[in-house]
Parts: sequence; C-alpha cells; structure tokens
Amino acid sequence: MTKSHIKVTINGKAVEALVEPRTLLIHFLREQQNLTGAHIGCDTGHCGACTVDIDDMSVKSCMTFAVQADGASITTIEGMANADGTLSALQEGFRMMHGLQCGYCTPGMILRAHRLLQENPDPTEDEIRHGIAGNLCRCTGYVNIVKAIQYAAAKINGTPFQEAAE
Amino acid sequence: MIPGTFAYHRPTTIGSAVALLIELGEDARPLAGGHSLIPLMKTRLASPEHLIDLAGIDGLSGIARSDDDIVIGAMTTQHSLIGSSLLSELAPIIRETSLMIADPQIRYKGTIGGNCANGDPGNDMPALMQCLNARYALTGNEGSREVLARDFYLGAYETALAAGEILTAVRIPVPAAGHGYAYEKLKRKVGDYATAAAAVMITMAGDTCMSVSIGLTNVAETPLWAEEAGRLLVGTKLDEGSVASAVAAAEAITDPASDMRGPADYRTKMAGVMLRRALERARSRATA
Repeated sequence: MTKSHIKVTINGKAVEALVEPRTLLIHFLREQQNLTGAHIGCDTGHCGACTVDIDDMSVKSCMTFAVQADGASITTIEGMANADGTLSALQEGFRMMHGLQCGYCTPGMILRAHRLLQENPDPTEDEIRHGIAGNLCRCTGYVNIVKAIQYAAAKINGTPFQEAAE
Repeated sequence: MIPGTFAYHRPTTIGSAVALLIELGEDARPLAGGHSLIPLMKTRLASPEHLIDLAGIDGLSGIARSDDDIVIGAMTTQHSLIGSSLLSELAPIIRETSLMIADPQIRYKGTIGGNCANGDPGNDMPALMQCLNARYALTGNEGSREVLARDFYLGAYETALAAGEILTAVRIPVPAAGHGYAYEKLKRKVGDYATAAAAVMITMAGDTCMSVSIGLTNVAETPLWAEEAGRLLVGTKLDEGSVASAVAAAEAITDPASDMRGPADYRTKMAGVMLRRALERARSRATA
C-alpha cells in the first residue's frame, strides 16, 4: 500500500515522515518517533492512556490515523515540561499530591488535564471529574488525581491551594 | 489491533468527495470524526478499501442562524456544539444531549453529521433531531436534497442516504421562545450507549401543554419519534393520568434488543422512565 507523506509538529519540532494510511497515531508516535510516553491501555478508545493534544484538542491517539494529523501540531507528555526542563505545574501537582500509583494512566491524565485547564483555568471539583471522564485509572487513584489538578490550577493562577475535603 | 489496508483520500471540496464516493462505490467510506468507524476497522468488522476524509473540506463545519432555521455543518464537533452560545440560547437541548455523548476526548472528534448519518441506533443525535424536526441536507452529484430526520432512518445502519451521497448539514427549525426541554439518558457508565433515552421539547401556556415532541434513543432498530405519546399530552395539564397514557403509548412503540444493557422488557420500561423524567424536567424549564 502506498505510503503517505505527512508533516506534523511534535512538541514544537517539525517532523516529516512516511506513514501507511492505516498506521494509528499512537503507533506512529511510539514506534516511528520513539515517543513512548503516550500509552496503549485498552486499544478500544475507552481508557484515555493514549491521549495527546492535537491542535488544542484532547484526542485519543489509538482512534486516529497518523495521516489525519497531517499539518497538525501535536503535544505529548514528552513536551509537557517547562522549557528549562523543570516540571510543569501539572507534573509538579501529580508529584506533590501522589497523583500516580503505577503511572500507566498518567501521561493521558496530564495531557487531558492540560487542555481542561487551558479551557477552564479554575475548575470546580465536579468540573475536573467530568473533564477527565474519558481517562481511566485502574489503580482507582482518582482522589489524588483530582487534587493534583487542583494543585496545578492554583499554582498557575497564583492562588493558594486548598485540598478538597474527602 | 491493526486495521486492514486502505487508501486515504482527502478531498478539498464536497464535489470532489462526492465524485470519489461515486467512482469508488461500495469500497469507499466517508470519514468524519472516525470514532465509530475506526474502532470497527481495528476489529476488522469494517474493512473499507478507501477512506474519504471530509476534514479537508472548507465550509462543512459551523453553526449559524438562517431565518427560521439553525444550520449546523456536518463536520461540527460535539465539543463545538457544547461551546456554542447560539445553541445555548436557542436550543440548549443540543448542548445537554452532546454532554451525554461518549467522553470529552471523543467529543472533540465526534461530529453531528457522523452521529446522524451513521445509522447506529445507539447514537444520541438521531432521536434528538427527530424530536426537533430537523432536516438533513444530503449532497450527491446532482446537488443537494433534504430529508426529514423523521423519515431518514430505515433500520439499523440503514438510512435514506443514497449511494454517492454525503450528509452535509443539519437544519433545525428555531424552537419557540420559552420552550422547555430535557434529554434524559440512562447509561451504565460514561461513554456507554443508552440503555434507553428520551428527548422532550415542550411549550406551555400557563398550566396547559400547548405542544410536545418526543424522541427515543436505542430502544428499536431506529430512533423513534413518539408522535402518539405527544398527541396524548397536548391540551392537558400534564396530570398523572395523561402522563401515564403518554408513557404507555411511548413504551408500546419500542422494540429494543435484549443485550448486555438489559432484557428487552427492562429497556422498554426504562424508556418510559426516561420519558417521565424528561417531561417533568422540560415542564419545569418551560416559561409560559
């Protein structure tokens, strides 16, 4: 099958590549670009571990073909740290609030939370929970994931962080 | 899971997309958000040889008012429907329903056109479009024709869409000011299709119901417009007796499958429960 030539921007870097049309974006990122941060969890579009940001949208990269992303700008977990290499507010929040246990869902959680905070910088707990409804944590560590996102929102907004009551 | 091989096409005009569909025939499928089709391709339940991506066509997305209609381009995503101030003002039931579709990620990709044209009885938009009396613009090589959402669905995955036609827009009559609305959906978890769901649009004059339209999701091979149930409510005060007969009339037209969402009898009863709740909430939102 003829390969397609695509140009994408990944984590700020211009990338050109040849892909089979049937290559899923998650396989392109992990296997052709060696960006193994985004995970394949369920491979059926339910779990959100493969979530990346494409042109300001949270997208499940296991349900998108790489060719569809031609011309797009993609951010993965590898592009989430600050420019000087320090942890971004969200990454710091997940660390400080113990927002990860096994860590498998974390890249998807952080990418989804990143877009959520871009659209809603000061979400309520309810809005956070609905906002990450497409991401599953099999460790069921949602309480601390919500806290991690609240921590990041407070840090970005320069407001004091208050832990939600459990 | 890896899909079978296919050729990828990304036309930039609706004319070239239609021409490709006609030329390639049954081996080709249009691709909108892809979140129904791509999972089927991954499990090889679908193996189209050609995908015609509609994402490169300008003018297929957007929400606008045109005289007495709200016109929504087929490639408008659920995320855009949710964020539209025009829809929040004129037809907030579209936002309410969109928020119950799948999950946030999928709503960035899922489109109104795909949801309406797919023909899956589990999709939420078709019954809502029947409730709102929407018209679908179907574009083929001889131009565009309109089909009522109430006439569009013929069976599971069977629609009035002819070979070589693409659903390009949805036209919804602007609902009456002060109307009440509700979409009630029973689902097992986020991302699930409905066990049963009901869309209700209502207008009231004082305590009296002046008009009502009811759509039901996933309780038959097609979405259902519950015309008789609505007729039984017009002119009443939505008293318990009238509501009970409307619910019975709605339940009578359902024909759900028994599946992992429950046995058929249960799903029929749940359609009634969803209708009852939707009527109550719609009434509470109507201003006479």
